[in-house]
Amino acid sequence: MSAALRVSLALGVLSALALGAALWLGPTPIENAFADDTATRTIVWEIRFPRALTAWLVGVALGLAGAALQGLLRNPLADAGVLGLSGFAALGAVIAFAFGFAAFAPLLALGFALLAAALVTALGWAARGPASLALIGIGLSSFAGGLIALALNLAPNPGALADLVNWTLGSVEGRSLSDAALVGAFLLAGCVLIAFAAPGLQALTLGEAAASAIGADIVRTRALVVLGAAACTGGATAVAGVIGFVGIAAPHLVRALSGHDPARLLAPSALAGGALLVCADLAVRVLPTDTELKLGVAAALVGGPVFALIAARLAARGDEA
Amino acid sequence: MSALLCLSAVSVVLGATRAIEEVSLDVARGQVIALLGPNGAGKTSLLRAALGLIAPSAGRVSLGGDDPRKLAARTRAMRAAYLPQRPRAVWPVSVENLVALGRFAYGAAPDRLSAADQDAVDAALRACALTHLRARRMDEISGGEKMRAHLARALAQQAPLLLLDEPSAGLDPAQALGVSDILRAQAELGGAVVFSTHDITLAARVADHVLLLREGRLIAEGAPETALTPEALRCAYGRKGRLEKIAGVCVAVFE
Repeated sequence: MSAALRVSLALGVLSALALGAALWLGPTPIENAFADDTATRTIVWEIRFPRALTAWLVGVALGLAGAALQGLLRNPLADAGVLGLSGFAALGAVIAFAFGFAAFAPLLALGFALLAAALVTALGWAARGPASLALIGIGLSSFAGGLIALALNLAPNPGALADLVNWTLGSVEGRSLSDAALVGAFLLAGCVLIAFAAPGLQALTLGEAAASAIGADIVRTRALVVLGAAACTGGATAVAGVIGFVGIAAPHLVRALSGHDPARLLAPSALAGGALLVCADLAVRVLPTDTELKLGVAAALVGGPVFALIAARLAARGDEA
Repeated sequence: MSALLCLSAVSVVLGATRAIEEVSLDVARGQVIALLGPNGAGKTSLLRAALGLIAPSAGRVSLGGDDPRKLAARTRAMRAAYLPQRPRAVWPVSVENLVALGRFAYGAAPDRLSAADQDAVDAALRACALTHLRARRMDEISGGEKMRAHLARALAQQAPLLLLDEPSAGLDPAQALGVSDILRAQAELGGAVVFSTHDITLAARVADHVLLLREGRLIAEGAPETALTPEALRCAYGRKGRLEKIAGVCVAVFE
């Protein structure tokens, strides 16, 4: 059994355990999650399970998108958040919510994620080194942030502003099974696209010219990964708002255990993202705070230092990757 | 015998620079051809144009009878293997997995090798004296070993034509001679090699045909001893130089 498969299995078991724990643990104590009374059934199966499942699917989507983007851009600091895909997806959804097309939010989130992916690809393809790509991403994220502020500013219904701001902080609170189904469908599409790109990602280990010379179709690989990552990010952001750093942290956490091959890193990274987000959501639910901490805020509080740590280690190694 | 590669009056323009001007070259099986010239002479551009990685602004490139820019990437990879200048492994994969990437065109992945793929990988590792390092990570081996690993990757491709951009850069004299043995073996097995180098002595030793370039133009070509005259070397490098035979080996000497 390969190392990547072993890690994937272990993370699958961890995900199942975390999902199981999410049924039992929470502000309201539950003695038996499988009890047959109405109150328990409502709490466990209509509130906790859809929420935990949504968190897991969002984490899987972000972890997968992060690993695929890192492989494509050959940069361990790449992910949907850093590259501005999440920001643009959020912008799309905010526009939909603010101007009364809530039903089109997933579609707009996907469309805007694609737009950001196209911009990053166009602007950053020739960029060398983590700094320049991250800078392009920061630029796009800031731009998206500015446009979100503008959308909020111009929103015709001021009453919805608080909801919108809350939504952009990233959360899976109160999500239903239909939300889980939505992110699941986008994730499935992303998985298929990225799976087809996996051999190309392996070839890109050699850099673009040599990858092309060994027979990889770089244009196809690029298109598949960009579309796949946009689908994953668009779906995840449409349902849960902006949750950063999972895409960076998940591949980083499993790389040492499952090897550096960018194709073999995809499944473990996705599962690590899922397990990470279910655990993080469990943590924000059981933390004794007056107002529940938003999942996106918690992810940023943990993920920010992780990002800085990776960047510092790369800088110390003098890496150009 | 049909030409593996044919460049007919090829010119390449990169931005505002004329990288190559009307260079022609026919490569037949059994040949080892060295591209020589100072930095910026157009050696890399010539190799990249031969593979179709850059488009010629004039002239025609034919790789095994077809325009390489119109070939499917996998078909092209089965006709020519390419070693870029300063090759790198972005991720620290194992030496064996890096070499296995040479089997990409055959539908193989490093974790999914057929018996034929595995044989090709093993043979390439043996040829480059890397068998004992196969499990080591690319960031754990020396610069010379890295270069040999990338060369092994190109050999594992089992293409009849090798296009190598400075394959002996950064190698010690013994390892550079090892590379020249690999190039000769490729030619003797019915393949051909076009390689660029700054090591004129190595080129004179291994190549049966050299192209001396300067600012994209061909200064001289032919067998090393006839092409690399003092006039040609002076014209290319701007310094007085000559080939001298020492202990039966042609050595480039510059004053």
